[in-house]
Amino acid sequence: MTSPSLEACSLTKRFGAFRALDHLDLKLVGAKCVGFLGPNGAGKTTMLKLLTDMIFPTEGECYLNGISVQRERKQALADVGVLIESPEIYPSLTPRQALEMVADLRGIPPQEAKVRIPEVLAEVRMEDWADKRVGKFSKGMKQRINIATALVHDPEVIVLDEPATGLDPRGMAEVRGIVRGLRKRNRLIFMSSHILQEVTDVCDEVALIDKGKLLFYDTLASVTSRFGDGHTTLDARLARPADPDLTVKRAGALSGVRSCVVMEPTRLRLNFEGPPAERERLLRDLIGLEIGLVSLAASEDALEEIYLRQISRGDL
Amino acid sequence: MKYQLREYLLSRRFVILLLLVAAIGVLITAIVAHFRGAYVSDNLSFYQSLWGGGAGFVAVLSAVFFGGDAIAGEFQNRTGYFLMGLPLRRATVYVGKYLAALVASCTVLMLFLGILVANGALYFGAGALPGQLAPSLALAGAYLVSVLAMTFLLSSLFKNGAYSFVLTAILFLAGFSLLQDFMQGLAQLQPWELISYASQTIGEVFQPRVNWGLYGVGVKAADVGGGGGVALHTGNVVAWTPGIAEGAVIMMAYWALTLFVGLALFKQEEFS
Ligand SMILES: Nc1ncnc2c1ncn2[C@@H]1O[C@H](COP(=O)(O)OP(=O)(O)OP(=O)(O)O)[C@@H](O)[C@H]1O
Ligand SMILES: [Mg+2]
Repeated sequence: MTSPSLEACSLTKRFGAFRALDHLDLKLVGAKCVGFLGPNGAGKTTMLKLLTDMIFPTEGECYLNGISVQRERKQALADVGVLIESPEIYPSLTPRQALEMVADLRGIPPQEAKVRIPEVLAEVRMEDWADKRVGKFSKGMKQRINIATALVHDPEVIVLDEPATGLDPRGMAEVRGIVRGLRKRNRLIFMSSHILQEVTDVCDEVALIDKGKLLFYDTLASVTSRFGDGHTTLDARLARPADPDLTVKRAGALSGVRSCVVMEPTRLRLNFEGPPAERERLLRDLIGLEIGLVSLAASEDALEEIYLRQISRGDL
Repeated sequence: MKYQLREYLLSRRFVILLLLVAAIGVLITAIVAHFRGAYVSDNLSFYQSLWGGGAGFVAVLSAVFFGGDAIAGEFQNRTGYFLMGLPLRRATVYVGKYLAALVASCTVLMLFLGILVANGALYFGAGALPGQLAPSLALAGAYLVSVLAMTFLLSSLFKNGAYSFVLTAILFLAGFSLLQDFMQGLAQLQPWELISYASQTIGEVFQPRVNWGLYGVGVKAADVGGGGGVALHTGNVVAWTPGIAEGAVIMMAYWALTLFVGLALFKQEEFS
């Protein structure tokens, strides 16, 4: 089995004189989750729509699993789950019927669909609403069903445009859970989002665009270190409150750590200098301090910092 | 396709239309019962006036109801995004919706037919179905098929369901007949380009001296009442009567052309 892939080749989209996308090249290969970032109007939705043949490129082409979307829409979209622009499901259908319809149109055998539909409904926590008509659902409920429709056929590639819009905090957390689960099952997920926390949480890599141009595409870890002037901002979470003075002093003294601040009693922020490989040693050192370390992750604030810096650089 | 069909059949619109047609049926029944003499002189003229006059109207009505915003509505209600993420050819989506609308419209047309046949049976006995009903039905079917293709074409020109709905309604309920009157009455042209002209064949089939041919016949003022004579280019023709084959050909041409153009338009359409 080949690994899932998604590719944009010199993708350009003009709306009249306005360039929404400008010769954008991007190639994602393999099982991972890629966050797609950019300010409002950057061209994210435009890009995702081009990828799924909802609109047509002015120039360039895109490929899903190596198949040209523009030339062979049917084959290219076969193993892809799509959620763009929160579509509306035909209001007279129930979620179960909507999913049956999608399963059928996708050519999933009925017996298989019978098993799979309750599964996805459970995954998006809508099993209690399976037989109510969609028409009267709230926005968040519809969005959950939309997510379910993108996943019924257990696709290799999943394209999501701001999947968390309209969801309550628990719903957002559930979406993250779903995305993590997909990543574990070796899927390629390409997800636009404005929630940097969400991206830091679930994504392995990020692509940032602004004004139709790709600013960068890299792994989350190296993005944070590369653009943070070689520094990585890391958040360390602790099982028990840290002794402000002692912990800060000891952690701050570790090699590569430039500063250490207590953000909350159980959260430290470390400014770390060094290649990503050095992170392993840092982790070991921190555990050695026996301060109750439970996690060490790139701070989402770091991504934010870099995001803002990149975008404003583009404005100059 | 079948899902779209279910959508139509479950929709309030379908129920309204059925009620509407049922109401028309009841009205006709009442009128016929009241003016017995005029309509029930023989079963041919009964079907000519009622089925011939009503079938086209019912076909237009259901085409507007089911086709008017079929494509435009997909944009407006954002349900299109739901379909477009699926691995379907655009043509499949279009044709699927078309077929669903067709089945729904046929159901409505059959209801109307059922009401008329029941009336006919009442006055002329159960066995008194004229043989011409079969070709007339085929013509009505052809009319429906092409009117629907045309509403789909108009519908894919718009991204707002209400516009396309209103436009198709106006066009079919008034536009074509006005245009036809104009062409015949003022310009004295044979309005063979118009589908409303072709649709007259649905009733014409029941004429005792029916013209099966490919060419229409002009009715001159002097001829009225005397049956159609061959058109004289010099006389002042007041109306034209299409030949049956002519009507069928015109309708099929409309169907092929509008379905083709509509499909081509939909393939270009961007869901942005
Ligand atoms: N149909 C259209 N006609 C004209 N301009 C359009 C059209 N669709 C999008 N645009 C323009 O293209 C640009 C990119 O829009 P897009 O929806 O891709 O942004 P986005 O990155 O998804 O933004 P957001 O974060 O707000 O969702 C915008 O400036 C928008 O005005
Ligand atoms: Mg967007």
